[in-house]
Amino acid sequence: MDAETTSRFAITLQTNREALTKHWRAATGAKLRGRQTESELTAQIEYVHAALLAAASSGGALDLHGQESAELRAVLTEMSTSRARVGFTPTETTAAIFALKDALLATADGEDSKQLRDYLAYAAFVDDMGVYTFEAYAATRESLIADQADQLLEISTPVVKLWDGVLAVPLVGTLDSARAQVVTERLLQALADTGSPYAIIDITGVPAVDTQVAQHVLKTIVAARLMGADCIISGIRPQIAQTIVALGIEFADIVTKSTLADALMHALRTSGVELVRRPERTA
Amino acid sequence: MERVPVLNLGDVLLVSIQIDLSDEIALRLQDDLAERIVATGAQGVIIDITALDIVDSFVGRTLSTIAGISRVLDADTVVVGMRPAVAITLVELGLSLPGVRTALNVEQGLRRLQAARPHAAVPTVEAVAGP
Amino acid sequence: MIEADRTRPADGIVRIAGDQDIVRVRQAVRSAAVEARLSLVDQTKVITAASELARNALTHGGGGRAELRGVSNGRRSGVRVEFVDQGPGITDLDAALTDGFTTGTGLGLGLSGARRLVDEFEIETAPGEGTRVTVVKWSR
Repeated sequence: MDAETTSRFAITLQTNREALTKHWRAATGAKLRGRQTESELTAQIEYVHAALLAAASSGGALDLHGQESAELRAVLTEMSTSRARVGFTPTETTAAIFALKDALLATADGEDSKQLRDYLAYAAFVDDMGVYTFEAYAATRESLIADQADQLLEISTPVVKLWDGVLAVPLVGTLDSARAQVVTERLLQALADTGSPYAIIDITGVPAVDTQVAQHVLKTIVAARLMGADCIISGIRPQIAQTIVALGIEFADIVTKSTLADALMHALRTSGVELVRRPERTA
Repeated sequence: MERVPVLNLGDVLLVSIQIDLSDEIALRLQDDLAERIVATGAQGVIIDITALDIVDSFVGRTLSTIAGISRVLDADTVVVGMRPAVAITLVELGLSLPGVRTALNVEQGLRRLQAARPHAAVPTVEAVAGP
Repeated sequence: MIEADRTRPADGIVRIAGDQDIVRVRQAVRSAAVEARLSLVDQTKVITAASELARNALTHGGGGRAELRGVSNGRRSGVRVEFVDQGPGITDLDAALTDGFTTGTGLGLGLSGARRLVDEFEIETAPGEGTRVTVVKWSR
């Protein structure tokens, strides 16, 4: 928006303030259908109007990404971030911004071409504001999702102690690269912290094993061995066994068992533990 | 120049690496250990790398070489205390430390040595830790 | 193409002329990695890669330098290290980048290993024209 148009914009915003904000509220309210209270709505519009007026009054051409619009950007960011956090839809979040166009049109008097050009310039700027608001919204949603993914990762990969010196990590669900790394790091750290020479990696809950998954598991085992511990893989179902052979994956000297119980027995025996059934007591 | 101290306990030599090993110091350690094994007739060597946060290919090869030299001099070597991040990095680097036995900590390392050499005088962990 | 835009001027330069300088490179890369908030495993990887490349510059390149920069791509921070030497260069780059490659003395160039440890890896070399290796490790 060039400097001349900007100053006309500022004048419009200033002189038509009452009518503008009235139409603005109405247009926003219609889009939101009760999502916000009347007072929240009013406050929000006042905020944006004030920031917009300040930006347009700074003299010179108005650019949403310029110095003069810093406060406006801050207001838009704050507004969309807080809406995104509580689960507003994109439409609800940008409603107040796009409604400004309706308000500007409603308060434009006369139909000469200059007014029309001005309106189009204002509308284009409002579109910029809308897009900016949406981008801030999207970024917030993305970071929320990332946080939740992290938390899910924490919960879904527990390392449990089955016995003195025997840890187990049940892998559940699909194993992507990021998840696999977290599992590896946690298992290895647990081995070091507890001084456990044996780890059982149970893949009963892994729906499919592809080369990538197998690579991750193999790397984990090699790392554990480098540290001085050893791993047993358990939960190998018949289909998985077939896939492993078909993929040509070499498990070489790694012990594999079909059940966690068998794996535990193996670990216990290898570490010199013998389990004895007590003789039954006769009455 | 800095040297890595070598402790003599019973039939075992104990090395605890506490510093960032330069290539020169690593080679010096290799020489020192060879000399001490011969001088003491040690049957086992424990190299504690708990404090090492970086093991690159040079240190890795040095550890393999030390294990090899010890074997020729009729001693067993166990490297203990490798950190998880180091293990993960070595796997990615493609370094497998051939000929190097490992254990999670000094205690398990000593037990391995005793198991391999039943008649050797292997100290207990308490003796190693000191008063 | 290294996508490390908005780099600041070199945060640190370590001369590589002797054995002890490889330790200095490790220490400098560690500081940079901590500042870029890399995870412990990622720190270990980039420091180890730097150690390999610094040693290459020393033993094969006859000495050189390492230039460190903290970098950012808008969302993530990272560490960029450039190793430069004026040595004989690498004649057969493809072979050098293959696993298990060693020069006659049994000392591997460690390039392929170092490459796996970092996120971005660029190498410029030619016989008689020295070698420049640039690596970047990003935080997650």
